Amino acid sequence: MKIKRRAALKGLMAGMAAPLVLRHAALGADPITVVGIHDASGGLDIYGKPMIACLDFAVDEANAAGGLLGRPIQLINYDPQSNIQLYTQFATQAATKDHAAVVHGGITSASREAIRPILDRYRTLYFYNTQYEGGVCDRNTFCTGSTPAQNVQKLMPYIMPKWGKKVYIVAADYNYGQITSKWITKYARDGGGSVLAVDFFPLDVTDFGPAIQKIQQAKPDIVISALVGGAHVSFYRQWAAAGMKSRIPMASTTFGGGNETLILSPEEANGIVCAYSYFQEIDTPANHAFLEKFHAKMGPNAPYLGAELAMRTYVGFNLWAEGVRKAGSIDRMKVIEALETGIVNHGPAGTTSIDPKTNHVTLDVYLAEAQNRGFKVLQSFPDQPPLDTQMVCDLQKHPNENKQYVVDVKM
Amino acid sequence: MALDIVFAVGFQVLSGVATLLITSLGLAIIFGMMRVINLAHGEFLMLGAYAAILSARAGLNIWIAMLVVAPLAVGGIGLIIERLIIRQLYGRMVDTMLATWGLSLALIGAVTMIFGNTVAGFSAPLGSFAIGSFTASAYALFLIVAAVILLGGVWAILRFTPAGLIARGTMQNAEMASALGVSPDRVYAVTFAAGSAVSGLAGALIAPFSGVVPTMGAAFIAKSFITVITGGAAMLAGTFSASGLLGTVATLGTFATTPVFGEVMMLAVAIVLLRLLPQGITGRFFRRAL
Repeated sequence: MKIKRRAALKGLMAGMAAPLVLRHAALGADPITVVGIHDASGGLDIYGKPMIACLDFAVDEANAAGGLLGRPIQLINYDPQSNIQLYTQFATQAATKDHAAVVHGGITSASREAIRPILDRYRTLYFYNTQYEGGVCDRNTFCTGSTPAQNVQKLMPYIMPKWGKKVYIVAADYNYGQITSKWITKYARDGGGSVLAVDFFPLDVTDFGPAIQKIQQAKPDIVISALVGGAHVSFYRQWAAAGMKSRIPMASTTFGGGNETLILSPEEANGIVCAYSYFQEIDTPANHAFLEKFHAKMGPNAPYLGAELAMRTYVGFNLWAEGVRKAGSIDRMKVIEALETGIVNHGPAGTTSIDPKTNHVTLDVYLAEAQNRGFKVLQSFPDQPPLDTQMVCDLQKHPNENKQYVVDVKM
Repeated sequence: MALDIVFAVGFQVLSGVATLLITSLGLAIIFGMMRVINLAHGEFLMLGAYAAILSARAGLNIWIAMLVVAPLAVGGIGLIIERLIIRQLYGRMVDTMLATWGLSLALIGAVTMIFGNTVAGFSAPLGSFAIGSFTASAYALFLIVAAVILLGGVWAILRFTPAGLIARGTMQNAEMASALGVSPDRVYAVTFAAGSAVSGLAGALIAPFSGVVPTMGAAFIAKSFITVITGGAAMLAGTFSASGLLGTVATLGTFATTPVFGEVMMLAVAIVLLRLLPQGITGRFFRRAL
């Protein structure tokens, strides 16, 4: 009886293990572990979910093409639930338990600055694939999104001649909004304009009535929003409800990065001008081909990609994969050196190449206007270098530097 | 200072107070009548907003969607939740808090799973109107009126109807009410459903003014709590006086300084007040009010 049971157990275990063994055998080698840390729940999931979809898609695509270096890629997605503490926990886990070859992730600049030091300490390569305020100077961190010298610098010269010189800024109250508003101030002054006031809002503010009255009192020609997250969507609603849309035009450095154009009605959103390194509406063969594949794979659940963040995640993964191919290894230093040769990616967003001086990217920037729950692309600017970070950061000369520079604009 | 600025600021103060009152009243009813702290209050607001948006999208008139469908839907959900969860935990305040907190997470998860995290809302009806050189939303004016009607309505029901008398009696002494032939269980069930319905209505009323996402409750719950606790035992007088005071401080503070300091001032006033009046405003003043 005893023996029987043992034999049965053995048989069962073998049966359970078989598919695992077979799967490994089929793909030939140990998988390469890639970790994604993006908010799939909580207030930031409006950004996180499309990013995760794009990372999943990129990894599947690479595996279907035979993996990397003949090895399959295993993607582990963690959900930090819009909670910074969980970010640090998952980053530690990715480095120490999963031995990730690379970590892609972080949405807000607050989350990036929480996990960047951890991944530095554990010598784990890090890709931050979000448009942000610029200035990170760290050889272990590749920032593949656009920065103010790429987006704000295109936005201001477009809107100021059209709308006027007096600017009012409303921004989210954390490092992104604080620093980005300084860049907006700088580019407004470069264009001969002035900033009347900057108002910061904590991420849970929903009542923008007083703010809107203050803006009316200041009588600006332009309102620029660097507001972030679900609660701040209220601003666009209340702005339209107060009848301000027809009176003062608006531009934004964050609008459309999530699902704002879908939540708001066209009357509330139409006409807001934005600049990003990608819009789903870009009319190029490469983008159409990508969207066709993406929608075929995701079916009706395919998220609207909106602007920038999700696409940068796709591009970021492919830049890293190209780096690994070039290095012929997943060794961190070899991959960094390969990436710093100026790896180029031709993708749906156009051409993206790594800038070895800053570990940021030179990319194509597009200017667009919100229209009918989406965007209408107005202009494109190919090959925009990350001038802001280049002014302060030179990793070729100072490879051990590790800090975030902040632009110095006297307010 | 020009006169129109005074009126514009005054209007904003009223609108801030009205929003606070509307979003706190459902919580106040449940807390005041049943001593149940409903940590899923924010999600009841969210459910109301979703009910209004989804039924409006299905082709219903948006006023019916907001004023009828949302309170009925959330009231019904409240009835079910009372029967399944709250009823098991009467008199165990900490356990109720834990259970309703879990409920709030479950509701966020369920709504995200069923409807996704993106739902197209509707914009505020009624357009805008001018105060001198300022314009303001006519819908905000409607919110102020709605707050007054809501408060007056709840007060009239409690004060003048037999159901209100029974509810007040049960609130004061459940055992005595029971001895007189009233079933406290039924009173509690109806009260919880009524509080939920008011929360649902509130959620629908703020829907055209806010970003409606599954996690929107988090932005309202803290302020609702502070309002109810600062108000104290008498639920209507308490909520009215606390939202009047805190809403005014927050709005004027925001005008005078920044939105951050506006909130800080509001919290500071609440803390000082609770230090001086641990039982809330109505622990000292308007003690005999409802």
